[in-house]
Amino acid sequence: MDTSEDILQRTSPDLVRGSDKARPAKAARLSPSFVSWLQAGPMMLVFLAFFLIPLVFVVIVSFWDYNEYQLLPAFSGRGYTDTFEGCIAQLPDLCTIAKTYLKTLKLCFLVWAITLFIGFWVAYFLAFHVKSKTWQMGLSLLCTIPFWTSNVIRMIAWIPLLGRNGLVNSGLMKTGLINQPVEWLLFSEFSVVLALVHLFTFFMVVPIFNSMIRIDKSLIEAAYDAGATGFQTLVNVVIPLAKPGIVIGSIFVITIVMGDFITIGVMGGQQIAAAGKIIETRVNALQFPAAAANAVILLVITFLIITMMSRIVDIKKEL
Amino acid sequence: MTETTKKTGVSRRTLLKGTASLAGLAAGSGAITGFPYVMSAEPKVLRYLGTAVNEGDDISKQCLKDTGIKIEYITATTDDVTKRVMTQPNSFDVLDTEYFSLKKLVPSGNILALDAKKIKEFDNITPVFTKGETPGGKKIGNQGTAPWKVLYLEGKDSKTFSKTATEFVTLIPTVYNADTLGIRPDLIKRPISSWSELLNPEFKGKASILNIPSIGIMDAAMVVEATGKYKYADKGNMTKEEIDLTMKVMTEAKKAGQFRAFWKDFNESVNLMASGETVIQSMWSPAVTKVRSMGIPCTFQPLKEGYRSWASGFCVSKGVSGAKLDWAYEFVNWFLSGYAGAYLNRQGYYSAVLSTAKANMEPYEWAYWMEGKPAEKDIKAPDGSLLEKAGAVRDGGSYEERMGAVACWNAVMDENDYMVRKWNEFIAA
Repeated sequence: MDTSEDILQRTSPDLVRGSDKARPAKAARLSPSFVSWLQAGPMMLVFLAFFLIPLVFVVIVSFWDYNEYQLLPAFSGRGYTDTFEGCIAQLPDLCTIAKTYLKTLKLCFLVWAITLFIGFWVAYFLAFHVKSKTWQMGLSLLCTIPFWTSNVIRMIAWIPLLGRNGLVNSGLMKTGLINQPVEWLLFSEFSVVLALVHLFTFFMVVPIFNSMIRIDKSLIEAAYDAGATGFQTLVNVVIPLAKPGIVIGSIFVITIVMGDFITIGVMGGQQIAAAGKIIETRVNALQFPAAAANAVILLVITFLIITMMSRIVDIKKEL
Repeated sequence: MTETTKKTGVSRRTLLKGTASLAGLAAGSGAITGFPYVMSAEPKVLRYLGTAVNEGDDISKQCLKDTGIKIEYITATTDDVTKRVMTQPNSFDVLDTEYFSLKKLVPSGNILALDAKKIKEFDNITPVFTKGETPGGKKIGNQGTAPWKVLYLEGKDSKTFSKTATEFVTLIPTVYNADTLGIRPDLIKRPISSWSELLNPEFKGKASILNIPSIGIMDAAMVVEATGKYKYADKGNMTKEEIDLTMKVMTEAKKAGQFRAFWKDFNESVNLMASGETVIQSMWSPAVTKVRSMGIPCTFQPLKEGYRSWASGFCVSKGVSGAKLDWAYEFVNWFLSGYAGAYLNRQGYYSAVLSTAKANMEPYEWAYWMEGKPAEKDIKAPDGSLLEKAGAVRDGGSYEERMGAVACWNAVMDENDYMVRKWNEFIAA
């Protein structure tokens, strides 16, 4: 039998034997800037084709007009004016879009704060308290177990638990803590936040853990030697050095929650408004320009939040 | 190297020999049985876009057996079906959709009307579709997008609905039903007789309606009218002021905590009802049956204000022509020939051609489902599972009683755009 290397040599000799001679000579002729363009090229093309171009289309369509059954490619601000309908007339009451965004931002903030808290401590535990690499690996994999099923299933699994006749309620009734089933457990902001935290804490854990694991242990020893308390070490050493992870995790969670409409729909009993939900309703009614206008608004707001966060930490520098 | 070549050579020869003998066998058997077309004709395949209502494996299997047409289902929600017709008209052949979406589909020019003369049973289609009355002569409510308003086109490629009968039919009717509120009689413990009960504070936190704007608004209108707050000229075509008023009533109820949840798909409605999260909600007939088959009491409650009805039918994509169009006609004709109709009737829907469906059902089944008589024997679903024990009576009674009491139809309004915005506002309230 031939070994795989032999076959490789026979079919393309350059690859194995000739490579060390031929390649550097070729590369030397290319300018360094060209090489970096070449390296960034594939990603740039993917980015262009699947992100920038569609985004440009969304922005263009958002300024089109529409009727019941088609897009009318004529400039119109209708998608936007409809969206902000009543925002001035109804003052001091809030208009639909303002209410919806306030609600979305509130949910987003709650989910962000809770996932950050839990995610930080899980990552802290994994990075500093688990000594062996094997255990660190094993426990991080354990965190991914919920991701082995679809997020719809993970979401729906809460329903029999939290419902009026669900496990939690019947448990509480049996222990005599309550007489009437607790209604706010399900189809409420509580259940929405709970499900979102359940779904997305992992997106916080991974980047924070990644930052923490790279903290030089001698820095912590130095802090200890210099007489810092555990709390001082945490605030002055660990948190500043874990900042990039915290910001990246926050960006993950915030962008996902801002655009979410499925979890908010299912867990909120379809009664809670969300920015993503408005887009969905518009698309379903074939009002694509209005949907696109809402998508642009959502994008701008999310972008503002992200910009504010990256003001706090310069991710590029930290990485 | 040589070794390998030899090996492949051998296997290739074996393969060739095998194929040849198989082909010979097939050809031979074809000649003997006298069905050589199996070998020559291209396979008859139709891509069928629709919601899950009409799509059953049993139906496609029977169709393949009877006509040789293979049906490939493309299943989507009502909204997604419409979206797909608009944006990808070449991705399907046969379309199964509801009459109310025609107001969007026909002007788009993406669907092709069928020729009534080529539909064998067309003259036997129930007068519900053609005249707006039951076979017994009861007039049916015509508010909303009633099928007879949009059944005919003025010409083959016309985009105008014809008021009189023509041979160009937008959708060949297949299935329809009368919808009402579903209730949990075991938890409500008193008779329910009006749509207004949906907003009764007695059921605070235990009511639900569906979150599909064009259907939900009709249920909301039935409720508003039942409370006596307003009488619409046409519930299915509200003015902006009427939309505002309807949504105001619903918004107040929502803010007061009347609704436990809204639902969007079949299974959500079943879960809400079965788990006791809701005790009264808008519902679809098979969802009620599903809850009941879980051993939980659930009634599809007839109400004095009448039913909200819907209907769907077949047309084809504008891209369909030639042999494919012939198969489409063959399929539609098969669909109306009885097997499918009986299948749908046994699920609690109604079939468009009653006579052929009747011929395919047992007399006791027909008596239970269509005549509102107590079941002589146990009533079984098409898959054989038990639906009702002997002695049970269908909620709402006979076909005449149920279809005769229809008050309005699912609709796309002239002010649809405004309505959708108001619906979003309602959700955000």
